[in-house]
Amino acid sequence: MLLSIFIDVVKVIVVFAGFMIMIAYTTWFERRMVAFIQSRLGPNRVGPAGLLQPIADAFKLLFKEPFLPEKSNKVLFSLAPMIAFIPPILAVAVVPIGDTITIAGRKVELLISDLNIGILYVFALGSIGVYGLVLAGWSSNSKYSLLGGLRSSAQMISYEIGLGLSVVGLLMIAQTFSIAEIVRQQSGSVLNWYFFKQPVAFFLFFICAMAESNRLPFDLPEAESELVAGYHTEYPGMRFALFFLGEYAHMITVSMVTASLFFGGWSGPFLPPIVWFLIKVVAFLFIYVWVRGTLPRFRYDQLMRFGWLVIFPLTLVNILVTGLVMVL
Amino acid sequence: MFETLFPIFVLAFFAVLTVLIMFYLPEILGPKTKSKRKYSPYECGLIPQTDARERIPIKFYLIAIAFVVFDLEVVFLYPWAIIYKDLGLFGLFEMGLFILILLLGFFYIVGKGVLKWE
Repeated sequence: MLLSIFIDVVKVIVVFAGFMIMIAYTTWFERRMVAFIQSRLGPNRVGPAGLLQPIADAFKLLFKEPFLPEKSNKVLFSLAPMIAFIPPILAVAVVPIGDTITIAGRKVELLISDLNIGILYVFALGSIGVYGLVLAGWSSNSKYSLLGGLRSSAQMISYEIGLGLSVVGLLMIAQTFSIAEIVRQQSGSVLNWYFFKQPVAFFLFFICAMAESNRLPFDLPEAESELVAGYHTEYPGMRFALFFLGEYAHMITVSMVTASLFFGGWSGPFLPPIVWFLIKVVAFLFIYVWVRGTLPRFRYDQLMRFGWLVIFPLTLVNILVTGLVMVL
Repeated sequence: MFETLFPIFVLAFFAVLTVLIMFYLPEILGPKTKSKRKYSPYECGLIPQTDARERIPIKFYLIAIAFVVFDLEVVFLYPWAIIYKDLGLFGLFEMGLFILILLLGFFYIVGKGVLKWE
């Protein structure tokens, strides 16, 4: 009993530390990659190839003055960045980073917790993340923040339906909510990947996930060219960075979940499982950055129309086709 | 139950601890200067005249109501998807009927122009 608690705590510390480092270096990765896409060099001064830049940024932000705007709702204003930052970290708990291994006769699963409702848990936490943005927009009592918060609420709930419906086809085949189990079903051969059985579901899922994490073609809650900075206009220093890092955490979590659901997670030949898992996650992160460097922002009416009139019907058609193919 | 939930609470503990440190450490490290302008809401240099929380376009409420209806549909679809292999054609027919009725509402919403943003 004590030993299993010890193993749990060690696993949590390793995954948490790894995840925090990943968040920090995703900021560096994105700035570097976007710079290359735009024929710039990006941050390359602090440390070799700019690798110490995230640490320097963290120290800079820690020494900035924190304050609460006088017209804001103080409690909600403080709570909002925390709500935006914590859920994506918690969602990592159900994503497996490797197969069950045996250490000294004990079976150790390489994930924090094998919840049997894994996918529901991830979506539930994703929905809680919306509160962070909406509360930030509302509590700031600034016009730009309020507009950003309003937009984000409407946008994110619209795409949440698509996100939820897009995996239903996959669930019909997999017959389980547990992400660890879904990854196990895909191991063995590349052809077992659910991407090949549910390609439409993958694209819909990825687009909706991009909208959920407020990434570029869907970053209307921020929209710096029209709303200053959207919902986090009023936030200073590290408190602003919490939103910023929360967005990156969300991106990494989504990449992990996508890799696990559609691309076989840790499964792959020759290399150790954890390496395969990281390769897939970084590949998705790169696609995120690539899309950001390539596409312009949606207009708001296009965004809502796309969500309700394209994504939503397509997910239903996907479910119907999957159901018909499975019966016939 | 304990084995699956305990690690999540440990993770939550670490996450909350980190966030609290990141949120409150600047209170100790950062400078403190008083300035009236700094605490007022940012409005591109203008002095804010009214409260920011004004009336909100009705569209947002309509979208929210539509969301509740269709998100419930998702909730119904999840358990159905898990046991779909056992249900077979019967399950497809039943769920198809349910979705069809909901889609009638969806077409009504679209026809009324709820999703038009002008």
